[in-house]
Amino acid sequence: MKTNDVLLRNVTKVVVFIILLFALHLFMGGHYNPGGGFVAGLISAGAITLTLIAYDTQTVKSMLNINTIMMTGVGLLFAVGTGMIGIIMGDPFLTHKFGHVDLPILGDTSLHTATIFDLGVYLVVVGVTLTIIQTIGESD
Amino acid sequence: MSFLHLAIFLPFLMAMLIPIFYRWTKQLHTGWIVLPIPVILFIYFLTFIPQTMDGVVTQTMPWIPSLGINFTVVVDGLSLLFALLITGIGSLVTFYSIFYLGKKKERLNNFYAFLFIFMTAMLGVVLSDNLVVLYLFWEMTSISSFLLIGYWYHRERSRYGARKSLLITVFGGLMLLGGILLLHVITGSFSLREIISEAALVQSSSLFIPAMIFILLGAFTKSAQVPFHIWLPDAMEAPTPVSAYLHSATMVKAGIYLVARFTPLFAVSGAWFWTITLVGIVTLFWGSITATKKTDLKAILAYSTISQLGLIMTLLGVGAAALHFDSWNDNIYIGAIVAAVFHLFNHATFKGSLFMMVGIVDHETGTRDIRRLGGLMQIMPITATIAFIGTFAMAGLPPFNGFLSKEMFFQSMVDVTSLNLFHAETWGVILPVIAWIGSIFTFVYSMIIFFKTFGGKFKPHLLPKKPHEAPIGLLLPPMILAALVVITGFFPNLIAKPLLEPAVKSIMPSLYGTDYSIHISFWHGFTMALAMTAGVIILGILLYKTANRWKPFITEKVPAFFRWGKAYDNSLYYMEQGSYRFTLWVMTGWLRTYLNYMLTAFIILMLGTIFATDALNFDISTISRVTMMDYVLVLVVIVTLVGIVFSKSRITSIILLGAMGYTISIFFIVARAPDLALTQLVIETISVVLYLLVFYHLPQFSNIEEKPRWLSAKTFISIGVGLTVFLISLSAYDTTFFPSISQYYIDNTYTKAAGKNIVNVILVDFRGFDTLFETAVLAIASIGIFGMIKLRLTRRGKNENK
Repeated sequence: MKTNDVLLRNVTKVVVFIILLFALHLFMGGHYNPGGGFVAGLISAGAITLTLIAYDTQTVKSMLNINTIMMTGVGLLFAVGTGMIGIIMGDPFLTHKFGHVDLPILGDTSLHTATIFDLGVYLVVVGVTLTIIQTIGESD
Repeated sequence: MSFLHLAIFLPFLMAMLIPIFYRWTKQLHTGWIVLPIPVILFIYFLTFIPQTMDGVVTQTMPWIPSLGINFTVVVDGLSLLFALLITGIGSLVTFYSIFYLGKKKERLNNFYAFLFIFMTAMLGVVLSDNLVVLYLFWEMTSISSFLLIGYWYHRERSRYGARKSLLITVFGGLMLLGGILLLHVITGSFSLREIISEAALVQSSSLFIPAMIFILLGAFTKSAQVPFHIWLPDAMEAPTPVSAYLHSATMVKAGIYLVARFTPLFAVSGAWFWTITLVGIVTLFWGSITATKKTDLKAILAYSTISQLGLIMTLLGVGAAALHFDSWNDNIYIGAIVAAVFHLFNHATFKGSLFMMVGIVDHETGTRDIRRLGGLMQIMPITATIAFIGTFAMAGLPPFNGFLSKEMFFQSMVDVTSLNLFHAETWGVILPVIAWIGSIFTFVYSMIIFFKTFGGKFKPHLLPKKPHEAPIGLLLPPMILAALVVITGFFPNLIAKPLLEPAVKSIMPSLYGTDYSIHISFWHGFTMALAMTAGVIILGILLYKTANRWKPFITEKVPAFFRWGKAYDNSLYYMEQGSYRFTLWVMTGWLRTYLNYMLTAFIILMLGTIFATDALNFDISTISRVTMMDYVLVLVVIVTLVGIVFSKSRITSIILLGAMGYTISIFFIVARAPDLALTQLVIETISVVLYLLVFYHLPQFSNIEEKPRWLSAKTFISIGVGLTVFLISLSAYDTTFFPSISQYYIDNTYTKAAGKNIVNVILVDFRGFDTLFETAVLAIASIGIFGMIKLRLTRRGKNENK
């Protein structure tokens, strides 16, 4: 079955990057403004799902050659690893550390280990959603 | 986090690294790479000897301080003795495996990863003071031993043995958890030392006996005491180095460790003395008799381990009597504890070397069956020497270390008869008699192992391989252990002062600070114990010579009732059958049936709890005003809901469900919760996409006409769920009776977590644990979906090929 979806495909090409940038924005701003790893992950997954609908699974696979299950595992490792930081510093598991650092270009930047944890959540969410969508999509 | 904590986790970290470098180091045997870890740890633990001579080393790391769970590591005499055995024999086993397992065909990365996870688990068990931490490591030993027993998982017997050991030891582990929780209920603490310091409180509690029984069940299953011993012979399906390590030197001794650890707490009770002594002596007796009728060398060793563990258990039971007497100087029962600790050490050395010896015989001849072996003395002289030392030490013959601890064992058994505290003067007599008979059979099976393998006629035509002496790498570890057997046999006081004495003192804390000292003498006069040993040798030789006459009797005539393994198989079979029938009855294959179960349970639990605890508190006067917007949104929700219930096509329901989700996110916006609104919006979108993706696969949308009886039941369930949720949210909303938690977050979000978005800070910081596990659940769910769909695809593909 051949469908005429030129509009959808062209719009997708542009929109996907906007969505991904928005996800990045939400992710970085998560600690002070609405957002965070979970939402950002879902939105990124949504962007990829959009390309999946506009094109097909093969295209998405050639675009993003990622083992999604591995991605989930890495995400979990990040989350657990952040917990280990607390242990190594002699605090209970999952005690976060934060502080301000003066970086060369960015200036005064607040750094927080919670970001790494959130990155883990992000990776898990993207990995899980993509695993589910891809396995179901491929089984056609 | 101290170096002590790191020492416990060092093997575990190594196990994590093995899969990473395994790919690049195929040229080199993995064992060489990991060998330094246990050696370093052994040397590290040796440095603790001076500190544990008359004191303990403690290191604490907070883990869940709010629940009183901290990872406290305490090194005292007993835990140090165990730590040295674990790392010392662990080094030897690692080295031995290099020569035992070929790097071509074996999955060495799995083997060493499992072995090292086990090492961490064992170190954790013996070194942690917090009972919850101890329990976690305890279960880790069960799981890693399961993996090791099932290492050759393509063999059916391996899988059977692995499952058996897992089921039995995990059952015991859960009992242990129950005991730990009961002790926590009594004392309010999870720290072993704190609980022991409150021994008087525990002893006066009505939960004393239940807690004791639960903990003993944990110890007995792990240490393979009758009737839980049945898993140990089946665990022999593991590679022989594993048997040498787990099933003789370390894991099975975890139960002994536990009993020794809890002795200061429970020993005042007569029940403790009787239970341990009787279970131990029965195990000793039964294990030694069963060992004589086995023909597989490893099976003989397995039953001999069971019987030796029973021996140590008996000694600990008798030693418990010592806690009743205040004057330590002339207390004869301390001797039993000393004997227990001494025999623990001796058993680890000679049994470790014997297992390795059997591994060599198996490796070089291709069989372990004593009916085929024989006359190997000329061909394998070094192995024969090792076997000679090991078996004669096990039989309790001079001049090896087994003789000394066996004598002390007899002495303690004789001493028991003078015990009048538990009215033992009448029944106590049977203890030395059973112990003596058990020791005779111990002598017999030790002789069987040695003379059937190395003595007699050489039968090369029965052997699968042409035997020759093993390479030095296989011989070195058992040689070291055999050397230890001889050295401690001649100079027992070398280890008495630095190792045994601190261990005895940690079992009997009142000995700290006293001038108590152990002196083991090789010659201790013409005592009752010596006479018993003489009797063992004479009767043992007689029985060994006449083995052909009495062996058929115990092989055939032992009543079927005593075949515990059969009972295990049957109970497993009936449990499977029962759950199969139950599943058929409950699982209809309809999602709606399962929803009925779940929602009914929800209603009963929630409404039941609300009314039972009188939790329903609400005050309508504080509820905020309802605006026009809210009315509109509620109306939309209701309309879409009714639409879903009555829609006739699936696509309509999916779209209506999405519409409802979006409406709810508008609710969040109205309530000024952008985070929730955002999440809800995206989730709705993704889930609708998912629905549409699976749409193609779903079966026909069917509205089954159901009987009116069911329809009314469902109406009740729906109304019940609605009511329950309504009541819960009403009482959750109300803040008149309890202050709202939100103020805490408002006050602390910035100061404690340096964030301004409360929702996110709660997610990643205050309740980070929840998030961690939720993501883990997500990951597991996705792997489940992946597995199910892929599995179905391959199966379908296979069917098409046909």
